[in-house]
Amino acid sequence: MPDSVTLKTSGGRASGPSGPKPKRVISPRNIILYGTLFVAAAYYLLPLYVMMVTSLKGMPEIRLGNIFSPPVEITFEPWVKAWATACTGLNCDGLSRGFWNSVRITVPSVVLSIAIASVNGYALANWRFKGSEVFFAILVVGAFIPYQVMIYPIVIVLREIGVYGTLTGLIIVHSIFGMPILTLLFRNYFASLPQELFKAARIDGAGFWQIFLKIMLPMSLPIFVVAMILQVTGIWNDFLFGVVFTRPEYYPMTVQLNNIVNSVQGVKEYNVNMAATILTGLVPLVVYFVSGRLFVRGIAAGAVKG
Amino acid sequence: MNSSVSIRDLSLNFGSVSVLKDLNLEINDGEFLVLLGSSGCGKSTLLNCIAGLLDASDGQIFIKGKNVTWEEPKDRGIGMVFQSYALYPQMSVEKNLSFGLQVAKVPQQEIDKRVARAAEILQIQPLLKRKPAELSGGQRQRVAIGRALVRDVDVFLFDEPLSNLDAKLRSELRVEIKRLHQSLNNTMIYVTHDQIEALTLADRIAIMKNGIIQQLADPTTIYNKPRNLFVAGFIGSPSMNFLRGEITKQGDEAFFTANGVNFSVAAYEAPESLQAGRKVILGVRPEHVKVNENLGAEVHEATVDIEEPMGADNLLWLKHAGHTMSVRINGARRFSPGSAVKLGFDMSLASLFDAETELRI
Repeated sequence: MPDSVTLKTSGGRASGPSGPKPKRVISPRNIILYGTLFVAAAYYLLPLYVMMVTSLKGMPEIRLGNIFSPPVEITFEPWVKAWATACTGLNCDGLSRGFWNSVRITVPSVVLSIAIASVNGYALANWRFKGSEVFFAILVVGAFIPYQVMIYPIVIVLREIGVYGTLTGLIIVHSIFGMPILTLLFRNYFASLPQELFKAARIDGAGFWQIFLKIMLPMSLPIFVVAMILQVTGIWNDFLFGVVFTRPEYYPMTVQLNNIVNSVQGVKEYNVNMAATILTGLVPLVVYFVSGRLFVRGIAAGAVKG
Repeated sequence: MNSSVSIRDLSLNFGSVSVLKDLNLEINDGEFLVLLGSSGCGKSTLLNCIAGLLDASDGQIFIKGKNVTWEEPKDRGIGMVFQSYALYPQMSVEKNLSFGLQVAKVPQQEIDKRVARAAEILQIQPLLKRKPAELSGGQRQRVAIGRALVRDVDVFLFDEPLSNLDAKLRSELRVEIKRLHQSLNNTMIYVTHDQIEALTLADRIAIMKNGIIQQLADPTTIYNKPRNLFVAGFIGSPSMNFLRGEITKQGDEAFFTANGVNFSVAAYEAPESLQAGRKVILGVRPEHVKVNENLGAEVHEATVDIEEPMGADNLLWLKHAGHTMSVRINGARRFSPGSAVKLGFDMSLASLFDAETELRI
């Protein structure tokens, strides 16, 4: 009776459990996959963990040498010290001065460089002039010249225009050095927008700035976020320009951190050093967390159609 | 009639590539002119030159008697509709329509009036508050037309406006554009590669190839009396049948002879230029070939190779004296492949081209 058998099984299937076959959570594939991910995560998180626990310990506890053990007695004193009273040379006001210097360097540099580069990119993409391609090529080549080559000439230039050692000088340098990569970024993005949109705006009578401000800018949020992240992290993390082009009272946070960690007098205060390092890295970290998704989207938008 | 747009000796080069060559074109006031050609023929380039989006290398452009060769697009009195609609994505339909007027600092009251009028003509009033992303393709193109409409211009430029739409919408909007032209009576210049659009919309068609206008004439003339072989082959679907052969004389009567078969050309419009021995190409449209009825004096034998029923029409591919010939007949008349049929030509409707110059005789 093969007929009745088939009937029975098909009937049983209709009333029984349905949907796709359930997947086993613990399978060889998952063990390897998550095992690898776990090892990679641990590899990168372990130093952070050590920094965190060390920064929360007192010096006597650190001297016991168990760097992986959690603090027996949690103390925030190293953080306070790192921020407010750690000494570099004669100054004993910690990282706070460096932090505010970094803010005063980063904010104007980011705003200035992005403002100029976006207009550059827009002009190079939409208002081609004679020699614009050559101009663009020269600008991009600038991205490949090692910074070290240019340091001494820039020192001379800054001295001649009277801004050497000032925040203004450093802001100018950061803005100029951001130009090649940012212009490339913006040009490719604007070139990927439909040309007919630009033509329509011209027929509507809009000029250079009106098209830029009213048509192009509202469509360009992702690329501005990308540029902002690149510039904030790049300038915040900069050490070389900060130490070369400014005087000690204007040192950015990274330089200040180095001076605290590498100070040769007295005992090494590992907990203060750890706290200071985390404090310095906090700004780029926050920027990534807040705008990470926009960043990825913007990179993709620029790359696919660029 | 006054000339609305006048193009004189216009040339355009991109580097060493010459896209337009000494082009002359007079477009009358209120005329619907279609620039027709396959891609790369320079038709869109010509339109962009008229719009002022490309600078001419040489020559001049006049609009309404004013030399606008070096004027900005906004000062030329033109409105333009693009293939990709080119609506500003971040603005509502209303803002899209009014943007140009706001740039030109037209008083708000006047802006509202013109936007309302354009919206009424194009029936897009319910869409005014929406963003372009919330519109269908046909609605977007209507808004794009509206953007040209509010500018209150003398000349409308259309750059393949229907190419991004599906077939049904395309024929709907085609009718709407024609109606718009009839009610506004503006000069319209329309670029397309679609011959149906060209034939249905145009007062005159300019067929372009390699940056040169091949023929400029009304659709009937273009269709029935193509000036050269390219125009003859470009217009019409399926395209014209071409037979290569030569003129022969038997006594006083002239014949077109190909593959040993004679066709009398006595009825052709210019019999005096048909000297014996001249190498020519005979062009006959598929619907001008007669099958089995109304054959006329001269009858030829042929066999049916393939039959393609297309509803209203029936397309036959016939084998006749060594060449294949397409014939369009009424859809009700059916023939089975392999059957023998009789052919006749109406030579007064045919075209003869010189085999060397490819020009119409």
